[in-house]
Amino acid sequence: MENTARMIGKRTTTAWKNPVSYNLQKKTRPGEALIQAFLFFCGVVSILTTLGIVLELGKEAWLFFGDPEISVWSFLTGTEWQPKIGKFGVLPLLNSTIITSVIAIMVALPFGIATAIFLSEYASPKMRSVLKPILEILAGVPTVVYGYFALTFMTPLLRSLYGSQNVDVYNMASAGLVMGIMILPLISSMSEDALSAVPRSLREAAYGLGATRLETAIQVVVPAALSGIIAAFIIGVSRAIGETMIVAIAAGSGPNFTFNPFNAAETMTGYIARISGGDLSYNTPDYNSIFAIGLLLFLVTLGLNFLSRAISRRFREVYE
Amino acid sequence: MEDMNQSTKYAIETRGLNIFYGDFQAVKDISLQFERNRITAIIGPSGCGKSTVLRAFNRMNDFVPSAHATGEVLYHDQNIYDPSVDAVQLRRLIGMVFQKPNPFPKSIYDNVAWGAKMNGFRGNTDDLVEETLRQAALWDEVKDNLKKSALALSGGQQQRLCIARALAVRPEIILMDEPCSALDPIATLKIEDLMRELSQNYTIIIVTHNMQQAARASDYTSFFTMDTDRSGIMVEYNETSLIFTKPKDQRTEDYITGRFG
Repeated sequence: MENTARMIGKRTTTAWKNPVSYNLQKKTRPGEALIQAFLFFCGVVSILTTLGIVLELGKEAWLFFGDPEISVWSFLTGTEWQPKIGKFGVLPLLNSTIITSVIAIMVALPFGIATAIFLSEYASPKMRSVLKPILEILAGVPTVVYGYFALTFMTPLLRSLYGSQNVDVYNMASAGLVMGIMILPLISSMSEDALSAVPRSLREAAYGLGATRLETAIQVVVPAALSGIIAAFIIGVSRAIGETMIVAIAAGSGPNFTFNPFNAAETMTGYIARISGGDLSYNTPDYNSIFAIGLLLFLVTLGLNFLSRAISRRFREVYE
Repeated sequence: MEDMNQSTKYAIETRGLNIFYGDFQAVKDISLQFERNRITAIIGPSGCGKSTVLRAFNRMNDFVPSAHATGEVLYHDQNIYDPSVDAVQLRRLIGMVFQKPNPFPKSIYDNVAWGAKMNGFRGNTDDLVEETLRQAALWDEVKDNLKKSALALSGGQQQRLCIARALAVRPEIILMDEPCSALDPIATLKIEDLMRELSQNYTIIIVTHNMQQAARASDYTSFFTMDTDRSGIMVEYNETSLIFTKPKDQRTEDYITGRFG
């Protein structure tokens, strides 16, 4: 008590590290500057890494397109990918990537958002605290496990449902469906975060007007959380497009230009994985082609990113 | 048309209402009658359960998992806490305006139209929006910007929009939970004028911690305070003019004269 009493009113030299000073000159604070420099460095590293990847992809792709036999146009529009005879049309690979990703998104988006709405709007806090961690465990399963899950569970299932004469042993549908299961927890978890961040007052406003839980969730909470949900969707799509292990194991290893999801067809990532694991010599068109494909993958993901940002800006309802 | 027996004389009535949050009793044994087409204010110190009681009238407390109520809240001869009562339908008849303006992040137009459409409104929405915004004394300020986001409005305008939103579903009772606590004095006066206007057609129950507001704007006042065990209790209910001039209870007098505590 005595001690407190002495401290009231004035900064004493005994109790305060810096007794009062009216010197308002700017001080250098080395600790602050050091932390700031470190944080800046961390930010720069990630940017430089991205730049480096783009440069490397671009350089090798440049070599590939520098070959007089190959033009960008024939690369983008060719429907045959047969490096042995010099045919580098990327469409079979791109097509397969798109089909598997679309199947994956068709599984993951509706189920993911529905799961998120259930968790954030319907589940009791107790139920949510149990379900969400379980869901996130699903996100931690290695993709190679998913790959064999596709090959040994999903494919036999599809073959027994649709007939083994209709469904190849390696097929895009199986890989796509399992990829959807893989990204579902990602989409639902991120969407749930976005939905939960919508202020309670908005829900109360809707309930106060006599809205049901469903009307409130769909017409008020989801629109307000849309930018977060779209971010989840984009990360999901990017994961699907970039996913390698599942398609390499279950979708087939051989370019095939087909729109039938029950056929085997190699994706862009599957091809890159197979070729880069083989013993190709440097600076052959074969080898350089994987960089061109990599660059295309990068551009597709980047394009999707811009597209979704535009969509989000157009439709989201900003609540603050 | 007018049935003058006891139960329908009042817009809403509570009998021995107790509300609990888990084990804690938030309000104790509240029995109150609210007159039709009048403004009734509930005043009292912070934590005395005013808002809790108000939110019991449209079962908004349902969304607090630990909350439960005993006793009766009678509305059109039905106890709204009866398990057979549909709270969604109840809230379509008893609207609410909240402490902080909480317009939807939609356009001004959609804010007004949304609730009505959801409640099955099939008429001309443009007319409904205009009529309702006029009712809420907001039309002249926003008529040229109906497509603009409601969040671009000032706080006072937002709160009047929230009142319009509640009016658009044509409720019978409007509950107001400290509707002016986030507003400046001029916006507050506008809301009070509006309440007076609306009381011709609606029953209004307002919770406020602003005694001047209760004195200015209400017909009846109910004073709540905290019991020794921190539960809210109703001390006194009377015409506003009497509560503020001749309070019967010492605790009411202490509170309104600023000698509380």
